[in-house]
Amino acid sequence: MAKYEEMSTIQETTNEVLGLAAEHFKVPREELTPDDDFFKKLGINSLQALDLLTRIEQHFRIELPDYELQGVSDFRTLAERIQKRL
Amino acid sequence: MLDLRQYNSLGDALRAALERWPAEVCLIEADRERENLRLTYRQFKELAQPIARAMQDGGLANGTRAAIIMTNQSKWLISAYAAFFGGGVLVPIDYKLTAAEQIKLLQHSKAEFLIVEYHLWRAITQAERFTDLRAHTILVSEAPKGADLSGAKRWEEFKDSRAPVFVPRERQDPACIVYSSGTGGRPKGCVLTHENYLEQCIALTSMYPFWPGVRYLSILPTNHAIDFMVGFIGPFTCGATVVHLRTLRPEYIREAFTKYHITYMALVPMVLKNLEKGLRQRFADLPRGKRTVLNSLIGANRVLTRSRPRLKLSRALLPQVHKAFGGQLRAFFVGGAFTEPATLQFFYDLGIPVGNGYGCTEAGTAITLNDFRPFRADTVGKPLPGMEVKIVNPDSEGIGEVAVRSKTLMSQYLDDPEMTAETIVNGWLIPGDLGRIDSAGHLQLFGRKKNMIVTEEGKNIYPEDIETYFDGLPVKEFCVFAANYLWPARTMVGEQLVLVVHPESMQPITAEIVANITERNRRLLNYKRISGYLIWDRDFPVTASMKIKRFELAEQIRGQAERSTVVPL
Repeated sequence: MAKYEEMSTIQETTNEVLGLAAEHFKVPREELTPDDDFFKKLGINSLQALDLLTRIEQHFRIELPDYELQGVSDFRTLAERIQKRL
Repeated sequence: MLDLRQYNSLGDALRAALERWPAEVCLIEADRERENLRLTYRQFKELAQPIARAMQDGGLANGTRAAIIMTNQSKWLISAYAAFFGGGVLVPIDYKLTAAEQIKLLQHSKAEFLIVEYHLWRAITQAERFTDLRAHTILVSEAPKGADLSGAKRWEEFKDSRAPVFVPRERQDPACIVYSSGTGGRPKGCVLTHENYLEQCIALTSMYPFWPGVRYLSILPTNHAIDFMVGFIGPFTCGATVVHLRTLRPEYIREAFTKYHITYMALVPMVLKNLEKGLRQRFADLPRGKRTVLNSLIGANRVLTRSRPRLKLSRALLPQVHKAFGGQLRAFFVGGAFTEPATLQFFYDLGIPVGNGYGCTEAGTAITLNDFRPFRADTVGKPLPGMEVKIVNPDSEGIGEVAVRSKTLMSQYLDDPEMTAETIVNGWLIPGDLGRIDSAGHLQLFGRKKNMIVTEEGKNIYPEDIETYFDGLPVKEFCVFAANYLWPARTMVGEQLVLVVHPESMQPITAEIVANITERNRRLLNYKRISGYLIWDRDFPVTASMKIKRFELAEQIRGQAERSTVVPL
């Protein structure tokens, strides 16, 4: 699987993650900010967060092991984990 | 299966299993659509021997403690067997804890050996208290080439052909130290003996047998008491196969059912509910005519299985549903937390019985389990063979505190005779739950008597453990409670944690303080977070040594504040 072709900045990655989360969980994009606790803001559990991870993998064309989500609850940190694998 | 009465230890029984079924497949490890590994019992033994040898060379002997911190994978079981073979005491630690919490439990257990996955080891080495670590031999698995292991050794490098020496253990010797809580406060290390496990295995497999050809799908980590028993000791001592799936993603779980023709699977309520949700959605998406036919067949299955499960019949009536689960599924096991009766009934009506039970680590996993004769969604089943369950001080409705006595009860909490004496009274374990035994001998639960919650992921959370995360909060004093403990609700649902704050005299709870609470809460793992705070304007009752009298404070709050006064966070 080819990696995400364009090198994104962390800011771009964060924005894309926010957009994907908004689309996946059907919430207005403008209501989400990088420091939001996604469990709380989206009202989701850890399995639903894994669903989001799958969506993120498809978008960025990377593979993120489940453990990458461990201890992560805000979009910014999640984007940092993604950025490391781009 | 092996006759476990003839063995003194888990190492002894597992060793016999590896000899008894050399050509049977014991372990498959899959990651997403990839199969990483497939081992027969003979190959499992061949892989475990060099690890056992390496541990013995490193000083593992009778009673030496060896900790494992790994996700659910094959090396967990291989390492555990190696430790048991060499007479070690296993300390399974939850890989989902933070590195600081793991270090704390490693210290408390006095583990001399640590077997750990690379990504978890890296987090431990970066933790503030890394230098507190006392384990002298550390084996790290799956480390990338050239990675700095901070003095640890690579698990995969041990290929020594010298046979390790089997170290016999007695039935009453400790087999495992399992932490049921205490990452923030007082660690609760349950010391479980070889007898505890062997007796539990005999009881469970008498109700849910395994045999060669049976395939158990493991998605829970093996440090989880349920998976340790039904995803390791149970299947191995019966010659069955364990399929480890290294992801919890629903799409790969679904694929594993059909790819590996799974017979049993243990899960926590959250995963079961997720499966239910997916199925309900698929049923709802069917064209109206098909949906009507399906509902009729489900209704017919419900009537025909009223007295007992009839697998062949259910598979014939609902072939598409059973095909989606691989066609061989006999039952799910659910545990670790309360499961809603509607979810249990949903699966039973499809011909997929869910073995719902009640248990705790202190009792060696399961205490009661549904025997499906007949299926009942409103109880947690009957006591397992060898378990005595009674209700202490029942009220007029027969509801009182549950007490348990059996050969599976832990021997003690590690290094804590005081807490052991509070928990096991005259040989009876008091788990802290309220229940009633009905006329059919089934146990029904009605909430908790003790101050704790259990999440739907099966995590026990003790408020005392959470309090350390709020140390230094700019208030006069604070305390964390389970909301259902403050305001008993006679239910196992809606469990939440509440922070009770007493501000400095005449000071309000400012926006800064709320922000401070919110920030600290964010740093907690999501399932450990408090859901709100309650402002309390009087001094907390304390002991002579200034410890909060929690019971007394809870009584005061119960008498003067309602649950609706909790400010949500």
